[in-house]
Parts: sequence; structure tokens; C-alpha cells
Amino acid sequence: MDFELSEDQRLLKDSISRLLSDNYGFAARRGYMAEANGYSAKLWEQYAELGLLGLPIDEKYGGFGGGPVDVMLVMEEFGRVMALEPFLASVVLGATAVKLAGSESQKSMILPAVAAGQVKLAFAHGEQQARHDMTDVLTTAKKDGNAWVLDGAKSVVLHGDCADKLVVSARTSGGRRDAGGLTLFLVDGSASGLARRGYALRDGSRAAEISLTGVKGELLGAVDGGLAVIERVIQAGIAALGAEAVGCMEAMHAMTLDYMKTRQQFGKAIGQNQVMQHKAADMLIAMEQGRSMAMLAAMMVDEEDAEERAHHISLAKVGVGQAGRHVSQSAVQMHGGIGMTEEYAVGHYFRRVMTFEHLWGDTSFHLGLIADKVA
Amino acid sequence: MDLRFSKEDEDFRQEVRTFINENLPADIRERSRLGYGARKEDTVAWQRILNKKGWAAYSWPVEYGGPGWSPTQRMIFQEEIMMGNAPEVLGFNITMIGPVLMQFATQEQKDYFLPRARNLDDWWCQGFSEPGAGSDLASLKTAAVRDGDEYVVNGQKIWTSTAHNADWCFVLVRTDPHAKKRQEGISFILVDMKTPGITVRPIISIDGSHHLNEVFFDNVRVPVKNRIYEENRGWDVAKFLLGNERTGIARLGKSKERLAYAKELAREVQQHGRPLIEDPAFRRRAAQIEVDLKALELTQLRVVSAKKKEAGKPDPFSSILKIKGTELLQETSEFVMDVGGPLAMPGWAKELAAMSNQPPYGPDWAPAMAGPYLMLRAASIYGGTNEIQKNILTKAVLGL
Repeated sequence: MDFELSEDQRLLKDSISRLLSDNYGFAARRGYMAEANGYSAKLWEQYAELGLLGLPIDEKYGGFGGGPVDVMLVMEEFGRVMALEPFLASVVLGATAVKLAGSESQKSMILPAVAAGQVKLAFAHGEQQARHDMTDVLTTAKKDGNAWVLDGAKSVVLHGDCADKLVVSARTSGGRRDAGGLTLFLVDGSASGLARRGYALRDGSRAAEISLTGVKGELLGAVDGGLAVIERVIQAGIAALGAEAVGCMEAMHAMTLDYMKTRQQFGKAIGQNQVMQHKAADMLIAMEQGRSMAMLAAMMVDEEDAEERAHHISLAKVGVGQAGRHVSQSAVQMHGGIGMTEEYAVGHYFRRVMTFEHLWGDTSFHLGLIADKVA
Repeated sequence: MDLRFSKEDEDFRQEVRTFINENLPADIRERSRLGYGARKEDTVAWQRILNKKGWAAYSWPVEYGGPGWSPTQRMIFQEEIMMGNAPEVLGFNITMIGPVLMQFATQEQKDYFLPRARNLDDWWCQGFSEPGAGSDLASLKTAAVRDGDEYVVNGQKIWTSTAHNADWCFVLVRTDPHAKKRQEGISFILVDMKTPGITVRPIISIDGSHHLNEVFFDNVRVPVKNRIYEENRGWDVAKFLLGNERTGIARLGKSKERLAYAKELAREVQQHGRPLIEDPAFRRRAAQIEVDLKALELTQLRVVSAKKKEAGKPDPFSSILKIKGTELLQETSEFVMDVGGPLAMPGWAKELAAMSNQPPYGPDWAPAMAGPYLMLRAASIYGGTNEIQKNILTKAVLGL
């Protein structure tokens, strides 16, 4: 048991933190949102130069060979500034799918390009009717000679609007909610029959609805063997996004403390009121408990026992989700009116954390999974 | 960063578990499991078994007869004690007066008191709180006036846990009523409970148990050599005592054990023709407790692991452990009681049954279900109320 960071991890954290604090002021962020893909193309290049985009990718594929704890550190820093770049979509979700399911030639073709920032991936799995059920897939893939042809629609695909390649799940056998019969495919962003409608989520990050009409896909992994990979990709995503949520909580907590020290009412700083102090202490407690759970998630991403892994990721999802809700709701409340405004950052963090909670199984959903296993 | 326990720590856990399984008397274990607090003789017997093994003073260094364990090992030991339904070692002796003696006492005081504390030859209690000095401890008034080689002590302490069992009491007294600051002019003295002039009066708690007391001092003569550290510097000693070994305060093992017990009973108890454990509301509540336990476990590991690096410095984060730990103790004891439903309510019947030699009114698990729930309302009050803990966090961590 050791909670210390290694020298490499400290360096990693510091260099990202410096890069982001130099470039990710609240006003600058607004500028990035207005760029063509909704994020900073220049920073994306800088991430690549820093080696960040190869962080969890094996060294033999041009990556850094880092693990989930390294991803956690980076995501936490991204959370502090609400970074908009498709790191999660491409480097965590997409690359994890390729790493777990890809053939040797697929891995050596795609992963170095992801690490270099030349290819951006997206993970197109969720569908409108599915809510949080990850087996609920209506999109189909049918064999046509040597090729696979996909038909269907994918929903809330993170950075699906700008991805060069999409990892798409489709049903190759079985009924709508069968656990078997799911298969992953690589689909080119420019493939004919693929249409995407991009939009900003509530927190300003980009996503897309994607429709597939007779789209050619390249098999990624075993036919009917997709679910095990999908689970692991989503678990890696939950761990990463949990760490990002912790970064958001840190930012909100710091802003709130700052506000409590400067905002004067009744002739004194509002932070001199014990009722406010205890609310701030409660925020701290929630944030630290959330951080503990994000660490748990990072640790469990590589757990070999699938049941243990899923169970602990659910515990962490609930823990971070509840902590995030507590911290963000308190932050807005304690700021008062200014916390309600678009021009002030706290509400943006609020929405980022809210988005996290609603992806890949919300608090209630995962609490239900844990409850199912009570014995 | 690696959040997993090492092989050595896992082996250690197994060693402790095996020792408890093989050496804890079955009747003591069963009483604890059913929710009855450990009796005095249970605590003494078990602590002596541990002392023979060299484990009673689990947090002490080897030179004072402790096992010299790491913070992680101490945490594992405590957790296994609680999960195994063994009596907890007497905190007054091991985590309170013991470290104070090691830090501040003369060699003579150490040689006499430490081995006796370890073996529970002396049962210690804590004379801090007074009717007018609760959370605001520094406003204490019990006075000690020097008369030759003795102090003459007059005043009153309250909420003195287990004073009726105790052989000795460590007491905060005011030796200089004219000190500029209230924290100055306080001294830390050791009082033999058999000294004439001491009266212990029970305070019966809301669970019907006798745990707390009032202690009256009426011209009680205490040798000056029983003072610890300098005269009028007792506040330093008290601060040291209260800041010491706070990671155990979460009592996580107890909450884990209670959750397991609630689930065990819920397999037995039926409702709507099905075991209660199949009820969705029960399962969801158990799931939420599991989440909260896991978060606290990780936070505790973080605090313990940070402690390795900075020994001897109280960590304000232990206030988080105190708050969340006591909330979970309360929640899990409530959960157990709720499993019992109406059968958990006839508490006084237990005493009536004992008096009239009638058979118990229901299942053996029923009578002691509500007691711990009632008694643990105190958990967020003692050891610095949870509101005081938030004040500590406010100052020490938030800088407000």
C-alpha cells in the first residue's frame, strides 16, 4: 500500500499542470469552444509533443506505457480546467478498445497514430433506447462477402463529430438485450453511409448522434465477443472521468473558499459564519471521499477478476457521483447569485460533473447493480 | 502508487485473525455479536490474553512492551479485533495514558504505570469534561491547590466513561486560577480512584446501560509526584493525548462487522413470505452502506499511509475519519435494529426476564438490537463532537 507518486508521475503531473495553467484560463477556454471542433487544435498538438496522447499506450506502439494511475493524474488536471480536447474519447476509450480487441496489425496501424495525435478515435456504443443498459444494442452488422455492413444509430458519442475512426458496437447475433452477439468494428469517419450530427453537451464538450446506413466496417476482435471489451472500455472511462470529476471538485472547492474569504456581507467576510464554514468542511469531506473512490476506480481498472472489477467500479461510480453532486450543489449555493451565471466558472464545473454522473450508468443505476449483489 | 496491501500485510492479517479465532473465548464473542457491550471481566480477560502474546499495547514501541507495529499493521489489528467480535483493548490505557506517559512521564512513573496499563492491572479513566466544560474543554474549573507535597483537589467531572470500573483517573485540574489565558494554569495529574473524597455517581444512558458517571472531588489529596509534566502545562499534555492515534477513531471494522451481521439476520428474518434480504429497499440500503464503507476505508488508508511519513503530528484529516466513521457506526447500528423491527423494541423485558427466570421473549438476537443504536448516538458527540471536528477542518485545512 503506497499512495506516493513516483518521480515520473510527479513530473508528468507538474508538466501538465503548468501547460494547462498557462493556457486554460476561463476566457481562453471559451475561445477553444468556438474553434471548429470545439477544442484547442494547438493544445492537442502540444499534448502530442508532450507524449500525453500515448500515455496509456504500450511503448512498442509509440506510447508511454503508463497505467490507470497515470491516466488518473492527467484527468484530474484536465478536470481542474475543464479541458475540452478529446483525450478521454480517443486516448482512453478508443485506444483501450483497440488495445484489448485489435489484431497485431490493427494495433500497429492505429495506436502509434493515436499517440502522435494524427488519428482521433471515438467510442460509438450507446444508443437512444438503451439508457444505461450496455447490452441494449439495435445496430446490426451483417456479413457481405468478405466485408461487414453496419446499420443503425449511436447516441451521445463523445467527440464523435471529429473522430477520424470510430469504434462501433453492433449486433451480429441474438436479440436486442442479449449479452452475447455483440461485436466491435472500426469505421472510418468519412465512410459512405455514415452521418453525424455534432453538438455540445451541457458542459460545453462535444459529442454526436451518429447514423449508419449500409456502412462498411472492419472487424475489431472476435465476432460475438464484443461485450467483454465494451465493459472494460466503459470501466476505463468511468475511472478516467471520475478523476476528472475530482479535478472539477477541487476547482469548485477552491473557488468557494476564495469567495468565502472575499465576499463581504453584514460587514464581514461570509466565511466567518460558522454555518458557511461547516458547509465548506462538508464539501471538503465529500471531495476527499470522492477522491478516495476515484483512486479505487483507477486501481481496479486493471483487476483481472471481471466480477470484482465491475463491482468496485460501481462502488466508485456511486461514490464519485454522490460526492460530485454534493460538492457542486454546495458550490453554487454558497456562491449565491453569481454561481447561477453563465459568466462565472462555477456553474460550468457544475455542469461538467453533472455530465459525468449521467454517463455509463448514473448513481441510481450503479447502486442498483451493487444492491443486486448484496448477499 | 499502489493501493493494494502487501503480501506481508495480508499475512499479518491472517495471523491476527487466526490468533483471535483460536484464543477468544466463545461466550465473549457471542455476546459481542448479539450486541451486548463487553463486560468489565471480558475486557480484562481478553486484554490479558493479548498481553501474553505481546499484542495488548498494539500501538506501542518495543521498548515499552509493545509489538512495534507499523501504522498499517495497527490498523489491520484493530479491524480484525472488531470484525472478530473481540473486545477492543482499553483505549484509556493503550492509546491515551500510555503514549502520554511515554512522552512526558519520569522514568519512575513509566516503570510503574506502563506495564500495569498494558496488562490491565489498572483500569484507567479520563477526567476531562465538566458540567461547564464540554466541547470548550479549557473552561474547566476543578481546582488543585498545592499543600506541601500534595494537591488538594475540589470539583466535579462528568461523562466519565467507566469511572465505576476504574483504578486510576488522569485528570485535568486548574492549578493557576489567575493565568492570563484559560489554557494556561491547567495541570495533568494521576489520581488513584481509591483516594478518600472521591464519589462516583452513575449516569444511566438512553440505552439503559451504566457507562457514564459523574465524579466528585471533595478535598481529595493527590501527591505532587503524580503530576505529569510541568505544573500549569497540562494543556500541552491534553493536546498531545487528543491528537494521538486518531486514525483508529473511525472504527471501520465495527461498521463492517455490523453490516455483515445485519445481512446475516436478514437472511433469517422473513417478510411477505420471503427473507428480508430479498427486499429491494433493504438491498439498496446495504449497497449504500457498502459504498460509504469503501470510501472511508480508502480515505483511512490514505491517512494511515501519510502518517508513515510524518509520525507524531496530528493529521487534521483524521477529523474526516471521525465524522464519517461515527456516521457509519450510527447507520450500521440503526440498520441492525431495523432488521429486528418490532422485536427490537422490548428492551426492558430482558431485565424482567432475567429477574423472574423466565425464558427470553423471542429470538436471542432481539433483545440487544436497540441498545447499540441508542448508545451510538454518543459517537458523534464524544471525542470532540462532529461539529467541533468541522471547526478543526475549517481552521487547519480550509484556513478560514
